[in-house]
Amino acid sequence: MEDKKEEKKFTTISIPTALAEKIKKRIEGTGFHSLSAYVTYVLRELLASMEEEEASEALTKEEEEKIKERLRALGYLD
Amino acid sequence: MPKPHGGRLVDRCRLREDVDIEDAIALKVNRDRSEDVENIAHGVFSPLEGFLCYNDLENVLENMRLDDDTPWTIPIILDVNKDELKGAKEGDTIFLIADNGMVAEMEIEEIYGIDKERLAEKVYGTKDPSHPGVSMTYDMKDLFIGGRITLLKEGKKVFEDYVLWPKETRTLFREKGWKDVVAFQTRNPPHVGHEYVQKAALTFVDGLFINPLIGRKKKGDFRDEVILKAYDSLIRNYYPKNRVVMSILCTSMKYAGPREAIHHAIMRKNFGCTHFIVGRDHAGVGNFYDPYAAHRIFDEFPDLEIIPLFFRSFFYCKRCGGVVNEKICPHGKEDHINFSGTKIRQMLREGKIPPAEMMRREVAETILSFDNPFVE
Repeated sequence: MEDKKEEKKFTTISIPTALAEKIKKRIEGTGFHSLSAYVTYVLRELLASMEEEEASEALTKEEEEKIKERLRALGYLD
Repeated sequence: MPKPHGGRLVDRCRLREDVDIEDAIALKVNRDRSEDVENIAHGVFSPLEGFLCYNDLENVLENMRLDDDTPWTIPIILDVNKDELKGAKEGDTIFLIADNGMVAEMEIEEIYGIDKERLAEKVYGTKDPSHPGVSMTYDMKDLFIGGRITLLKEGKKVFEDYVLWPKETRTLFREKGWKDVVAFQTRNPPHVGHEYVQKAALTFVDGLFINPLIGRKKKGDFRDEVILKAYDSLIRNYYPKNRVVMSILCTSMKYAGPREAIHHAIMRKNFGCTHFIVGRDHAGVGNFYDPYAAHRIFDEFPDLEIIPLFFRSFFYCKRCGGVVNEKICPHGKEDHINFSGTKIRQMLREGKIPPAEMMRREVAETILSFDNPFVE
């Protein structure tokens, strides 16, 4: 089977120039090499925290108790 | 508690008592892939929900990130032969089964091929087949299938009581009231240098998570049960009870040096750790990597969200009278005793207890209580 060609999936989003300038200043001297890299990071973080809130509700009381029971049985919890 | 990598702890477990796979296409997977399946299902590899498809793999190889820009450095891929697929095509669902009883379902999203030489060179930085990771790559089958998995039945594990999944460690850390937890990755019994590093890190956080890697080993490595019992002995005798947790991580070493250091950190972040100890030549093998490449690579990941704690060489200094490192010891090499793994192994092989400045007596005695502590 032939190698597939990578399909790059990027899109352009407009933000106010003043905000862009502010961000550029903020990332100076950090490991972020571009405005895009930083904006991607911030947006991913924002989405992640929203998803995390939803996920934390996913562990029911019963599930949590079951986990604690196992931890106690194995001696990890008193 | 840090957020899981990618923001959400993946849970692809839908465990059942009985799984009927009759008339379905079942693909037998080896131990390494079976461990991958369970690690995906239990969220150790969050945000992965399955084996990588082509675009994600390409991004991992070229940019050390998934297609959505989340840091990811090690390909988690499933190799197959055309015959094994028995006509299954993209869009089909097949079963993955293993000798240990593991059963999972996989939705085949994509079937693709890739140049294995390039794959090896990108991940390991070399095409040299004497590198164990490269040789493993060359031994892979010719096709790869990507797609989401669902774990239906867990495989039997030899050290079941030492297995904790991220949901469990996160609950455990929370119950213990630990906010900052440092993870220590290991594949050897502890010597005094390891103890020094762990305790130095623990001084600044709430808890220490010792997470030995249990998986396929090389001849001459310490056997898994030896590593676990040696650590049990060290913890019992020399660590404060409520500051340490040990559980195992079932996955094979890739020996991918810097890339694997990032991967190791990501997995520990998913377990709920805030800090990760990175030693000299972390996940290295032979002379393939610069000893501090695994430190420098963290500069490329300002968005990793687990704090690496870098340790350089450490040794016992006769004049200082303790374990020190090159940053804090003013004395010369003539005063230093290095923690040579080869030397310690040799002494234990001869049934000798290494000197106290190298290994705790209780740890050495535990190792020597085994008929053969080494993998044949």
